[in-house]
Amino acid sequence: MPARIGVVTFPGTQDDTDALRAARLVGAEPVALWHRDPSLHDVDAVVLPGGFSYGDYLRCGAIARFSPVMESIISAAREGLPVLGICNGFQILCESHLLPGALIRNAGTLFINRDVRLRVESTGTAWTSDYAVGQEILIPIKNGEGKFAADEKTLDELEAEGRVIARYVENPNGSARDIAGIANAAGNVVGLMPHPEHAIEELTGPYPGPATDGLPFFTSVLQHLLNPELVDA
Amino acid sequence: MSENKYQVDTVERAAETPGTEQPYEALGVKDDEYARIREILGRRPTSSELAMYSVMWSEHCSYKSSKVHLKQFGDKAPEVDFLLVGPGENAGVVDVGGDLAVTFKIESHNHPSYVEPYQGAATGVGGIVRDILTMGARPVAVLDPLRFGPADAADTHRVLPGVVRGIGGYGNSLGLPNIGGEVVFDACYSGNPLVNALSVGVLKKSEIKLAKADGPGNRVVLFGARTGGDGIGGASVLASATFDEDKPSKRPSVQVGDPFMEKVLIECCLEIYAEDLVTGIQDLGAAGLSCATTELAAAGTGGMDVQLDLAPLRDATLVPEEILMSESQERMMAVVTPENLPRFFAICEKWDVIATVIGTVTDTGRLRLTWHGETIVDVDPRTLAHQGPVYERPFHRPSWQDGLQADAPTEERLARPKTGDELRETVLRMIASPNLADKTWVLEQYDHRVRGNTVLAHGEDSGMLRLNEEDGLGIALSTDGNGRYTKLDPYTGAQLALAEAYRNVAATGAKPLAVTDCLNFGSPEDPEVMWQFAEACRGLADACLQLGTPVTGGNVSFYNQTGSEAIHPTPIIGVLGVIDDVARRTRSAFETEGEILLLVGETRDEFGGSEWAHVVHGHLGGLPPKPDLERERQLAEILIAGSRDGMLSAAHDLSDGGLIQAIVESCVRGGHGARVVLPSELDPFVALFSESAGRAVVVVPRSEEKRFTDMCNFRNVPVARIGVVDGDTLDVQDQFSIPLDELREAWTGTFPKLFG
Amino acid sequence: MARVVVDVMLKPEILDPQGQAVNRALPRLGFDGIVDVRQGKRFEVELEGPADEAALARVREMAEKLLANTVIEEFRVRVEG
Repeated sequence: MPARIGVVTFPGTQDDTDALRAARLVGAEPVALWHRDPSLHDVDAVVLPGGFSYGDYLRCGAIARFSPVMESIISAAREGLPVLGICNGFQILCESHLLPGALIRNAGTLFINRDVRLRVESTGTAWTSDYAVGQEILIPIKNGEGKFAADEKTLDELEAEGRVIARYVENPNGSARDIAGIANAAGNVVGLMPHPEHAIEELTGPYPGPATDGLPFFTSVLQHLLNPELVDA
Repeated sequence: MSENKYQVDTVERAAETPGTEQPYEALGVKDDEYARIREILGRRPTSSELAMYSVMWSEHCSYKSSKVHLKQFGDKAPEVDFLLVGPGENAGVVDVGGDLAVTFKIESHNHPSYVEPYQGAATGVGGIVRDILTMGARPVAVLDPLRFGPADAADTHRVLPGVVRGIGGYGNSLGLPNIGGEVVFDACYSGNPLVNALSVGVLKKSEIKLAKADGPGNRVVLFGARTGGDGIGGASVLASATFDEDKPSKRPSVQVGDPFMEKVLIECCLEIYAEDLVTGIQDLGAAGLSCATTELAAAGTGGMDVQLDLAPLRDATLVPEEILMSESQERMMAVVTPENLPRFFAICEKWDVIATVIGTVTDTGRLRLTWHGETIVDVDPRTLAHQGPVYERPFHRPSWQDGLQADAPTEERLARPKTGDELRETVLRMIASPNLADKTWVLEQYDHRVRGNTVLAHGEDSGMLRLNEEDGLGIALSTDGNGRYTKLDPYTGAQLALAEAYRNVAATGAKPLAVTDCLNFGSPEDPEVMWQFAEACRGLADACLQLGTPVTGGNVSFYNQTGSEAIHPTPIIGVLGVIDDVARRTRSAFETEGEILLLVGETRDEFGGSEWAHVVHGHLGGLPPKPDLERERQLAEILIAGSRDGMLSAAHDLSDGGLIQAIVESCVRGGHGARVVLPSELDPFVALFSESAGRAVVVVPRSEEKRFTDMCNFRNVPVARIGVVDGDTLDVQDQFSIPLDELREAWTGTFPKLFG
Repeated sequence: MARVVVDVMLKPEILDPQGQAVNRALPRLGFDGIVDVRQGKRFEVELEGPADEAALARVREMAEKLLANTVIEEFRVRVEG
């Protein structure tokens, strides 16, 4: 039986169809989850996709964080459920305190949609085991508030514990220490500003390529579900 | 508060007080129009009725000045079997094969974008997307053709960044990829930028929705955002006529968009459509509730009763006249059978969308509106929707037109670069000029990836979307328009705009099918402007007939002028094409070393209205390039066949800036240089910079060169080998050579320098 | 040194999507009895000298010119002390 990957739709979510497609393309069973429904429908992993939940008014992710499905996800994540927050999903994970820090307005203040090179820094998470440490990958960003910010102590901790999972090769938005993505201490929860679900097909991925560098995020979690002990952040 | 002092102007009162003076002129209603309203009603209109007639009979809603010319798009329409819904509905619908249909339309939001660039542009996107949604379709993309004053003008630095942020801010938040458009600068747009927005949607052929209120007893539901005082500057005249001073009589003319509300409304509507819960639907755009109630009633059984006081308000002080004219965004009106109401409301509740039954369909033939029990409107809706005034505005060829056309950019009139060094310098200057420079700074602010079906976007000749993941069926869209060409000759200028968009669609491998147009002109009350408009319509209709691409809908924007100075007449043409398998799309970049560069089409000494004359000499005169529509058709066939048979590695249409501009773009995008040998029979300057229409540069593998040139020869389309993809330098033999890095720096440096 | 505060709010008649989104979220979190929420911006301007009438006039001018978009926003200037 294929693994079930749930993708949450909040009002204002945009990239849910893309995340569902990514789950399907790696052979998982995509399961749509609804923000008001606290049931996780027996999914094995969850993606919080990109978008502008509740318009991103107030603060990005601030209102979505209080939806019924998030209450369930927060407790399941503490029990080890693999959760990947992409862009707005990352912002929601920070607002939920499953991940430290916050995402604030880009240094240049503008929304940026660009294919950026990332360097994978940690493969010891549920979502990055199919990469190699130091591997450079090409993944699109598209956000206006994607600058990762945290206090120095938190940043030092993240570094020391190997929880920075990817850095920008050329920092597009002023993110602290070039951070593009981080994991929780257990390695099951990952937040990432760039959009791996937009780099999964030759036809629609970054051009000129490589076009499918995002796929390993989704194959990694399948590996993890088969061999959970591999994760060691 | 003075609500208690507000006296509602009822039908009863109107009948009793025929002599009451009404401020119709301030609402833009002419003397004879007011007389006609009185004649239709057999009494004076109530102030609410006057509000409705004034908006429904306005230029914007009634097309009263343009109608007689737009008629040609129907009269001369090519016979096609794919047009499911033609002009007149919210948007045209085209059969693209299988069970799928596509609806698309372009609209303008020029004036609001000048007043408040961010909100003007944002609500422009919102409005056109609702038109697409109203047809029963899921909106899947937007394109934004833009025109601004000079790139270095102070006001452009106010308007452009705001417009771009507004388009991104709204479109990105809707989850709609932005896959094309243009950014063009010209002094004529200084006080009057053009902000056009095209949206495209996909639906099942069987699920087309129409704006009609059928079936007496069915309910009229208003849903989405609450009604506020947005965009009702005009209605304040009525307010001040009926209230005293302390009423907030100055209402905002700025509409503020809430993309989150619209996104939710889209998903809500699509779920409602999926369960087939509406018998008719209409969005609330310009003229808001006036337009929606009128059009639904006029197209349906013929009657509707509405309790206007039930409309949910954002501002409780609004009076009926204002509510009727409010242009608050993100609102829809549906006609729902009583049995379907519970499901309809359940879905609205799921999406947190406010929905209110405000009326009922009747068979009375009357549109009746009440306000707390009193009748304030009682009209035949068809008199509002269809019996508005139609003007045969006078027009004549401008006295200056001949002089303008005689001022041709000949070699004697405008100095041309002669030597290799001069040509080299001209190339670098041209590619760095604002109209030709790389637009990444703008385009990066738009999400072009969301939904994961964007196969081609900005930088390619047309945007392309996959519609079906299984069989690869897709569509391509391009928008084009050239105000300078159209100023020189409106008839051919409009044709050239169509030809370019058509060519751009074909260059990516898609077959051009249908057209939407946004006709941006000055004041129709100026006979010279009216002549430009008449000529452009005639040219476009003739060209559509010849190319077999019908106009399916669009928009007219008049009064684009600063003082008495009209903008260049600027018809923006959007062409929709279909491609059976997006995997065979053709890109524009030069990707593979050693492949052959071919120039397809004929190059003539054509510099009237050219980018070169504009940038180097600030000159506008002569005639635009000569359109040859039969040649365009053949070229398109060649480009499509080349794609289908796998002959083409790249293709790029030649237009603004000519051959060298296309080559530079393709080199920089592909990261490869080229060795170019210009055709010996052509003057090098003409070969590089002429803007002759009906041309493309293509790249073929050596093994395909003969097959491709045979195909061109068979169709009598000139084709010439002009070089090879090679190295990291653009080398034009015997003339000049420029390293790729230098080209990239010149081409990409301009926008960050200007706006970064 | 003096601190002048500039509060920028959307004009009352202008739609405030942000405030509305918050307003709709509050009851879901159990905060009842709220009629409306409007969101604005607060600027704290530190002055070199005292907040006299001339300085306040300058602040008003900067608010008019830059801090507020007076097409859709209004502002209020006050001295914090």
